[in-house]
Amino acid sequence: MDKFTNLTGVAAPMPLVNVDTDMIIPKQFLKTIKRSGLGANLFDEMRYDREGNEIADFVLNQPAYRSAEILVAGDNFGCGSSREHAPWALLDFGIRCVIAPSFADIFFNNCFKNGILPIALPQEQVDILMKDAEKGANARISVDLEAQTITSSDGQVFTFDIDPFKKHCLLNGLDDIGLTMERVDDIGAFEARQTAARPWL
Amino acid sequence: MTAPKTLYDKIWDAHLVHEAEDGTCLLYIDRHLVHEVTSPQAFEGLRMAGRSVRAPEKTIAVPDHNVPTDPDRLSGIKDEQSRIQVELLRTNAHDFGIELYDVDDVRQGIVHIIGPEQGWTQPGMTIVCGDSHTATHGAFGALAHGIGTSEVEHVLATQTLIQKKSKNMLVKVEGELPPGVTAKDITMTVIGRTGTAGGTGHVIEYAGSAIRALSMEGRMTVCNMAIEGGARAGLIAPDEKTFEYVKGRPHAPKGGEWEMALEYWKTLHSDEGAHYDKVIEIDAADIAPVVTWGTSPEDVLPITATVPAPEDFTGGKVEAARRSLDYMGLTPGQKLSDIEIDTVFIGSCTNGRIEDLREVARIVEGRKVKDGIRAMIVPGSGLVRLQAEQEGIAQKLIDAGFDWRMAGCSMCLGMNPDQLAPGERCASTSNRNFEGRQGYKGRTHLVSPAMAAAAAVTGRLTDVRDLM
Repeated sequence: MDKFTNLTGVAAPMPLVNVDTDMIIPKQFLKTIKRSGLGANLFDEMRYDREGNEIADFVLNQPAYRSAEILVAGDNFGCGSSREHAPWALLDFGIRCVIAPSFADIFFNNCFKNGILPIALPQEQVDILMKDAEKGANARISVDLEAQTITSSDGQVFTFDIDPFKKHCLLNGLDDIGLTMERVDDIGAFEARQTAARPWL
Repeated sequence: MTAPKTLYDKIWDAHLVHEAEDGTCLLYIDRHLVHEVTSPQAFEGLRMAGRSVRAPEKTIAVPDHNVPTDPDRLSGIKDEQSRIQVELLRTNAHDFGIELYDVDDVRQGIVHIIGPEQGWTQPGMTIVCGDSHTATHGAFGALAHGIGTSEVEHVLATQTLIQKKSKNMLVKVEGELPPGVTAKDITMTVIGRTGTAGGTGHVIEYAGSAIRALSMEGRMTVCNMAIEGGARAGLIAPDEKTFEYVKGRPHAPKGGEWEMALEYWKTLHSDEGAHYDKVIEIDAADIAPVVTWGTSPEDVLPITATVPAPEDFTGGKVEAARRSLDYMGLTPGQKLSDIEIDTVFIGSCTNGRIEDLREVARIVEGRKVKDGIRAMIVPGSGLVRLQAEQEGIAQKLIDAGFDWRMAGCSMCLGMNPDQLAPGERCASTSNRNFEGRQGYKGRTHLVSPAMAAAAAVTGRLTDVRDLM
């Protein structure tokens, strides 16, 4: 996993609430056995018509946002299916940070496993950043994970909360499995206790 | 004396391997269910790192999302990518020593149907699967939730998950359900009330006399859609019905271990005075047969209502409702019971169990599927299908005009050939009405099996009470 430290980039505004993972990456693209290459089909049914032509007014098709690295979104972003293909598709497109008033639980966790930073902010602050994002490619938003700050294009600074362990993993690009493997003795001891107390498990 | 605990607290505490100072926990996982869509990259990760599966005996695999449901499917899956995923699951199960319920096995079916059916799902367990509807297993008083593929790999390698504890939420449904109202109506009504983000950050415990009165099948329907309310998991305290359901199943405890297990399971209930961070109370008598009108599972209304207008909402929901109405091709003020449908889909991990099929058979008894309506029934497993055939239900349904299919996820998400065409409108017993979910530009109305049966007969969304 790539580290996430600082990011300054174009933010695409997507004010829709309840954006679900079926929208982010429709089912027909879940048949892949790889993690890569899904960016071309990110938001596929909103982004292309049936013949595969771009729908001009979709935000990521607009010239200003074609190389967006941040998404500013509506409430409950990433709800629905647990498909990790959703963060894979965002990452493959180039999005490293999503800012929204709230996120669905599984999507939120999946982001951290892929070096994407999801940031939940109060609605009023998201509204300000949404307006900023609507200004287009010249309005670049900066995110500093170490300092836990977001700076809008006109210099307004917002602070955000993040779980310390998740922050540590992102900053250092750590693989959780490697970290858990260091606790293999604790896992073995738990299994021994459980087998003694609840042998049917 | 220790503080009173909720059922969730008890299961959590019993699975804690390690807790760091910041509250990050390592939680032990008792059962891991694997299907073909969200696991290939996890197994690839294990191979690349030279890791094995820590507890293959606690892991099962089944192909369900991609499998065709036509009876000649054993001649091979025609879609190449689907075929590759199913073959890869077979290879991975074989290479890593995991029990597989393959396409030609009568026990094959939707992962969340076969877990309970085979006795893999038991009270007090932690259960995960790379599928959000893992919440289903919470009906047994097991802590069960969906995970992403990276976490699938983590569980395969370590039999644990890194977690932070969620909050406790109680949904209490007291009283008796009116005729024609089912478990599906309860769970949809809750989501309509709380919204799709109402449960975010929480584990929901469903309680109250209306929940206790449900069969195990009904309880699974309720917990299945906890995720649609945003919750990490849904839970129902186990009772005699639960124990009776589990007893004697192939992977249920036997002999002395059964007695030990039973004694433990009887302690799995929330203590008097346990703390909940959020409480929702619903009177069962107030629940009506419901349908969804929009493209979010929170867009729930009684069948007697009319299509709402965007102005009926506030905030971001105004624009979302406008978009939904446009997508669904509906006009504000239109009666929901006037909406004509093209297709009926009965099945899924929400409503693909034997009791659901019995309910459909009861409603269509002596009636026919309306001419021109495509009505398909996809049993949740090969064993549900077989049981329905043995009970004579299957023949009744076929005689009424239903298409009787093989088991799988099917049109719930349309990864196999069972899909809606653009503009086609479906009354569906599944769990999600998202844009494109059942097929590109397809229109989904979520309903109970009884309501789906009624719609099949009349060709429009229908109050099932009118047919009772």
